[in-house]
Amino acid sequence: MDKNISFKLRYWRQNGPKDKGHFDEREMKDIPGDTSFLEMLDILNEQLVNEGKEPFVFDHDCREGICGMCSLYINGTPHGKTERGATTCQLYMRKFKDGDTITVEPWRSAGFPVIKDCMVDRTAFDKIIQAGGYVTVRTGQPQDANAILIPKQDADEAMDCASCIGCGACVAACKNGSAMLFVSSKVSQLALLPQGRPEAARRAKAMVAKMDELGFGNCTNTRACEAVCPKCESISNIARLNREFIKAKLND
Amino acid sequence: MWLCDSSIGRKVVMSVSGLALILFLTFHASMNLVALFSKEGYNMICEFLGANWYAVAATLGLAALVAVHIVYAFWLTLQNYRARGKDRYAVTDKPKAVEWASQNMLVLGIIVVLGMVLHLWNFWYNMMFAELIHQPMLGGIHATNGYDYIAQTFSNPIYVVLYVIWLVALWFHLTHGFWSALQTVGWSGKIWFERWKCIGYAYSTILILMFLVVVAKFAICGGAFCCGSCPL
Ligand code: HEM
Repeated sequence: MDKNISFKLRYWRQNGPKDKGHFDEREMKDIPGDTSFLEMLDILNEQLVNEGKEPFVFDHDCREGICGMCSLYINGTPHGKTERGATTCQLYMRKFKDGDTITVEPWRSAGFPVIKDCMVDRTAFDKIIQAGGYVTVRTGQPQDANAILIPKQDADEAMDCASCIGCGACVAACKNGSAMLFVSSKVSQLALLPQGRPEAARRAKAMVAKMDELGFGNCTNTRACEAVCPKCESISNIARLNREFIKAKLND
Repeated sequence: MWLCDSSIGRKVVMSVSGLALILFLTFHASMNLVALFSKEGYNMICEFLGANWYAVAATLGLAALVAVHIVYAFWLTLQNYRARGKDRYAVTDKPKAVEWASQNMLVLGIIVVLGMVLHLWNFWYNMMFAELIHQPMLGGIHATNGYDYIAQTFSNPIYVVLYVIWLVALWFHLTHGFWSALQTVGWSGKIWFERWKCIGYAYSTILILMFLVVVAKFAICGGAFCCGSCPL
């Protein structure tokens, strides 16, 4: 059993995108170390509700690290200092020390306006996918799995790219609010496979155009995104996207 | 035009202009090295690159390159600042993998511009420009006598210090800029990233040392930091 800890929680409150926002503070007492971060916030909300106050709003869904809904900026790191490969929901209170101050903020970027408190609007990512992150062929009957042979290495790499859950930690970490790690992973997962090749040029152009239109920044290769990505996406995806995009433009 | 109105296009302009500037710096540093062992040789280069139309055309091309790089630098930085949003984080914890230079390219670039202004005043105005307006004695030394200009400049300790600061800033700019430029044009990946980073550090270090060694020679041998006791 992990020890119980007590700490000061500073959490961001904001009533919508136009509101200025501020931090609220609360002393959290005797929280067991094996409580997950989100469970700790549930405890906070239970206390707030019992006191007749408005609960603290944050995104969460599956709570097992695969849906990409949770999105908290904890002590200066998106998702907090989890084991890499995990999101906020798999951050446990044993990672903190007794007496710590824990600061919780929303993803801050022009592309992700705050809805309320630490819940931000990430529909921009959906719009980027809708711009071209798919294959438009009529699929017909399912094919034999080995009808199109794909080298193991390519299949593995495409799978690694596809494991991006679109949580937006890359944008949150980037000093430029750039979405390049997300977009490049979503372009790569298809660019690496023969099924994705016929539309690769159109896809790269359309998704980058949408990303620019939605106000995300330019990538300056600081690598902050890959350092915090819960799914360990690599900036080699960004190099691939650059390659695909430049090739497409030169062929226009 | 995609080089203006797409994020990747704008970065390609930054990258290609930056790489061209690195190429120029390589030529420049190689020519400087001649001053280490031959006054005649160095002055011959100065004369060759003096007032002729090829040199003027190349200077204009170079100026355009610098202008493009600087205009895009401010443009990109402004866009990035806006994209970050107006609310800043209260607490930030920079990951270890993030190089300091990568987050301060504009500041480093501004130091480089200031150094460049000083440098153009010291050398270009008194040498190339003097010849163009047929006033070869503008700075008190004949314009084709580049060697004596170097000696005169680095007899002043303030210039020595300013040039060293300038070169160090340029070194930081290049340690990030080199691999970043290749990443931007798409010539990178899991393996090549490590290679470019290593090559970039080695290349920038050698390049900057080539400039520094000339400053050092003239600052020490008969210059600002000369002890006066050696026979040179
Ligand atoms: C001899 C001088 C210079 C050289 C050789 C040089 C080289 C480079 C290179 C190779 C890059 C990387 C491009 C990329 O990331 O794709 C770069 C980026 C950059 N440079 Fe320069 N540069 C020089 C001067 C300047 C000056 C004078 C400024 C600004 C006032 C400047 C500002 C920047 C900025 C802000 C970036 C980052 C741009 C971005 O990543 O979006 N540089 N430079």
